[in-house]
Amino acid sequence: MKLAYRWIPHAVLLGIALVWIYPFVWMISSSFKTNAEYFNRGLSLVPEQFRWDNYIRAWEIARFSVYFKNSLIMTVATVAIVVVICAMTGYALGRVEFFGRKIFIVAVTATLFIPKGYTIIPIYQVIKALGLLNTMPGLILAESGGAHVLFILLFTAHFSGLPKELEESAEMDGCGFIRTFWSIMLPLSKPILATTIVMQFMWAWNSFFTPLVFTLNNPDLRTLSVGMYSFIGEYASDYTGLAAAASISILPIMAVFIAMQKYFVEGIAGAVKG
Amino acid sequence: MTTATIRNGGSPSSVMRFFGKRTLRRKLWAYAFILPQLVFFLIFTIYPICMSYVYALFEWTGIGPLEDFVGLRNFKEVIGHPLFWNAFRNSFVFMTGTVVLQLPLALLLAMALNNPKLRGRTFYRTVYFLPVVTTTAVTGAVMQNIFSTNGLANAVLLRLHIIDEPFGWLVNGHSAMWVIILVGSWKWFGIKMVYWLAGLQSIPQDLYEAAKIDGANRWNQFRYVTIPLLLPVGIVILLLSVVDGLHAFDLIKVMTEGGPGFDTEMVDLYVYRYAFTSMGGGLPRVGYASAAGIFFGLSVFLISILLGWLIKVANGRRV
Repeated sequence: MKLAYRWIPHAVLLGIALVWIYPFVWMISSSFKTNAEYFNRGLSLVPEQFRWDNYIRAWEIARFSVYFKNSLIMTVATVAIVVVICAMTGYALGRVEFFGRKIFIVAVTATLFIPKGYTIIPIYQVIKALGLLNTMPGLILAESGGAHVLFILLFTAHFSGLPKELEESAEMDGCGFIRTFWSIMLPLSKPILATTIVMQFMWAWNSFFTPLVFTLNNPDLRTLSVGMYSFIGEYASDYTGLAAAASISILPIMAVFIAMQKYFVEGIAGAVKG
Repeated sequence: MTTATIRNGGSPSSVMRFFGKRTLRRKLWAYAFILPQLVFFLIFTIYPICMSYVYALFEWTGIGPLEDFVGLRNFKEVIGHPLFWNAFRNSFVFMTGTVVLQLPLALLLAMALNNPKLRGRTFYRTVYFLPVVTTTAVTGAVMQNIFSTNGLANAVLLRLHIIDEPFGWLVNGHSAMWVIILVGSWKWFGIKMVYWLAGLQSIPQDLYEAAKIDGANRWNQFRYVTIPLLLPVGIVILLLSVVDGLHAFDLIKVMTEGGPGFDTEMVDLYVYRYAFTSMGGGLPRVGYASAAGIFFGLSVFLISILLGWLIKVANGRRV
């Protein structure tokens, strides 16, 4: 009885866990099968033989090499822009009392809640006016533009909690505003930096709508998510190729998550607490 | 600050001067530091929000100048369009389905994982959270494959003798909606669980100890400690889930394109069609799309206000 009481929760939790990851395990196993094997022995999770044909097909013919490169460039650039901008903004808001500080915070937060129309069209027009339509910089700008409220608030709260003496002694040692920020205060905000980097990496990597709109007229700019969407249109019957393409897209972000999961969970939980 | 300056040998007046100059310089630097975000905010948030309202008053293909001012005609047309209401209803069906499936189950699981004596908590949390971090468009494509007529779902159900012949899950309008609700619930379940965990962890452990001393069993602890203390944060979670549930563009676009017919079309997709494709042979209708987007945005806003008011009430009650 005692024993059952201890094991029942684990049996239930483990059962759910299996159902939860089954689609991914099945996806990876299918990516090594031939299409014939896929249809005849679809339920088996162990392929007869590990073949890389599907990966080669997805990577070269379905152009996932291009999509992967585009996703990587867009994601890294977006993360860099967003982290720098948010850290600077949070530092100014958290450490300096200046006119317009409150208004800025309220305005940025309020735009989260006010009803918006279809904002992608004006953003499209802005990128067009800048002459960046159908270019990677245009896509990066569209992806990283706007206000990143959660990150700004995280950085602001963090920087405002650091002791005043730190900043002052740095200044006494002759550090200017930027040096103090860069070499004294920023290194102290590693947890927030990590949360911001990891969350923004996930959002950019997984982004679909913005890349879809900004690559409508330039297939060479497609990211993995958009490439996947066009794949199911073009190669509808290539099931194992789809599994390989999906694995190429999903496994990197899963690896990042498993390695840095503490920061993901903190970022998500921060949304409720805030 | 002052002590440091004095130690440095400054007289009171030079302290004052230094202080004034320092504050001014710092303020200027602060403005410089928020400038990039301010520019981004104005160009990519404020301007688009304003313009989306302006576009709604015009008949416009998205190319060329804004000339054809039509007043509120687009809004009238949206309200009179049965397909808009079809999409509107589907959005709410999807949202309700995912919220009802996710929130109670996620709470149960969060309570199980909140038990500090449970071994492997991190492992379970990681696994349940895994679908959240995957690309929706890609997972959607895999799921479309799994629920296709010769896909994995049918293979499993045939093997278990639950069905006798393959079923077209995404070909049938009714089942397509259910499949999408199921997949959506699976995909975002982990977020709700982490929300609940954050809420549960904010309840002081000694309240449970006190309840135990008073002779409360597990159910009573849940009923009289967990529920009342979790209610305010629960409504915040409900609000976040409702707003998220009303936007499922990525999943729907990849899995069904709103089909079969318009059975799983939702407002996001409806607006996209008008903004970027030629519905009914004509050119894109950006003004009409904006009007539909604003109408839906206002509806979501009203619901948020209602839930926000509930949060206030719940917070008040706790005292």
